[in-house]
Amino acid sequence: MAPALATIWTLARKDLLLELRSRDIVLAVVVFALLVIAIFTFAIELTPSRSRDVGPGVLWAAIAFAGVLGINRSFAIEAERDTLDGLMLTPVSRELIFFGKVLGNFIFITVAEVVIFPVFEALFNINVLQVETIAIALLASVGFSAVGTVFAAMSVRVRSREIMLPLLFLPTSVPLIMAAVESTSEVVNGGSWSDFSEWLQLAIAFDVIFVIASAVLFQFVLEE
Amino acid sequence: MTTVTTPANLQTTGSSNDSPANIRAIEATGIEKSFGNVAVLRGLDMTVRDGEAVAIFGANGAGKSTLLRLLSTLARPDHGSISIYGRDMAQGSETARLSLGAVLHSPMLYGDMTIQENLTFFGRMFRIPELDARVHEVAGRMGLTRRLEQRVRELSHGYQKRAALARALLHRPRILLLDEAETGLDEPARRVLDGVVAEHRGAGHAVVMTTHSVERGIAESDRVLVLAGGRFALDEPSSGVTPADVTGLYADPGDA
Repeated sequence: MAPALATIWTLARKDLLLELRSRDIVLAVVVFALLVIAIFTFAIELTPSRSRDVGPGVLWAAIAFAGVLGINRSFAIEAERDTLDGLMLTPVSRELIFFGKVLGNFIFITVAEVVIFPVFEALFNINVLQVETIAIALLASVGFSAVGTVFAAMSVRVRSREIMLPLLFLPTSVPLIMAAVESTSEVVNGGSWSDFSEWLQLAIAFDVIFVIASAVLFQFVLEE
Repeated sequence: MTTVTTPANLQTTGSSNDSPANIRAIEATGIEKSFGNVAVLRGLDMTVRDGEAVAIFGANGAGKSTLLRLLSTLARPDHGSISIYGRDMAQGSETARLSLGAVLHSPMLYGDMTIQENLTFFGRMFRIPELDARVHEVAGRMGLTRRLEQRVRELSHGYQKRAALARALLHRPRILLLDEAETGLDEPARRVLDGVVAEHRGAGHAVVMTTHSVERGIAESDRVLVLAGGRFALDEPSSGVTPADVTGLYADPGDA
């Protein structure tokens, strides 16, 4: 494995090990998302057509809000014992630290989605476990992880980081959330790839732009 | 452009004398650092040579920890430059960090990982060859062999400090930065720390330490610096300095 990839994997594996020990992040994301979805199933009288109309919005709002919690926690762990300083004392570039954290957060969000999607499908009675929605979920997870990681790093030394992160993350992620909602809506209403290709392109463009921009911004965010 | 990274081509104070005592491990020039409107460091100049142990004293808030964060590349000065073995850190500090081992206030170790997992993780970040053997070697030196499988969260403060010292020494740094490293250590742990400092000096490497233990700092160092009012109020060989000389120069930073 190339040294850079090995370093990124070492960083992500460390986050996975910590998560296996504490189960803080995935559990928080799953529980919060499922609560949001469950509340909507009680609040809305779900007919098949209404489920298809509002379901995708509920699903992605739940994942976006829950994702903020998880990403916030993944950086809070680094701040609690100043291990972020420990990482910065190593001869690893800030970009690799960024990509290591992004990979860890991507895995957490994806694992959470693996639990959330089947429960959502059962409660809303719409078929979201399809190749198209899985592709959308992966694209959304990449974008959420990149944007979330850089904003979490920005917020981590701020006293009100729990407020700061959603305020930065959610408005920035609106194009990605819209792309995910619209694409999922097309899928559950029987659309094909071509019906939501523009939304997919938006999601891909968002991921490319924000992964690169966040990687560049990350090193300045960490400087004192 | 300077590309000094190896002992063979280290920048020296003289052109013909490359003895460790003349190799500039750290060279800081005109360092200024403020937090908001509070100027903590006001134009510091500092040189530390290989084989030299420097003790930095100062009242609370004098800027000792800030200075060590700057030297360890965790923070950037507002003005001035810092070079590690001739490499200006503004040009990129990744190579410089190979030469630096730092023990700051926090152990900087993951609480839910064992000491061995922590040391292995940081060792991988430094790409240390034969890592497992090196982890056991450093753990043995710090008296941690029997605790390698214990999670850091479960360790006493003293053992966490030992583990932090092990992390700092893992990659065989040429410069050791210690920020009040003796705080909270019991006597056996202090002896371990003293041994590490002595070994480091003996090996011709540099040590920069801050401490509130004036007698200890003077005894363990070659040179004494006192920070007051954002500047060095004293920079003298330890042999000619008494504890009263040091504490007499302490100033309340609020009055500076």
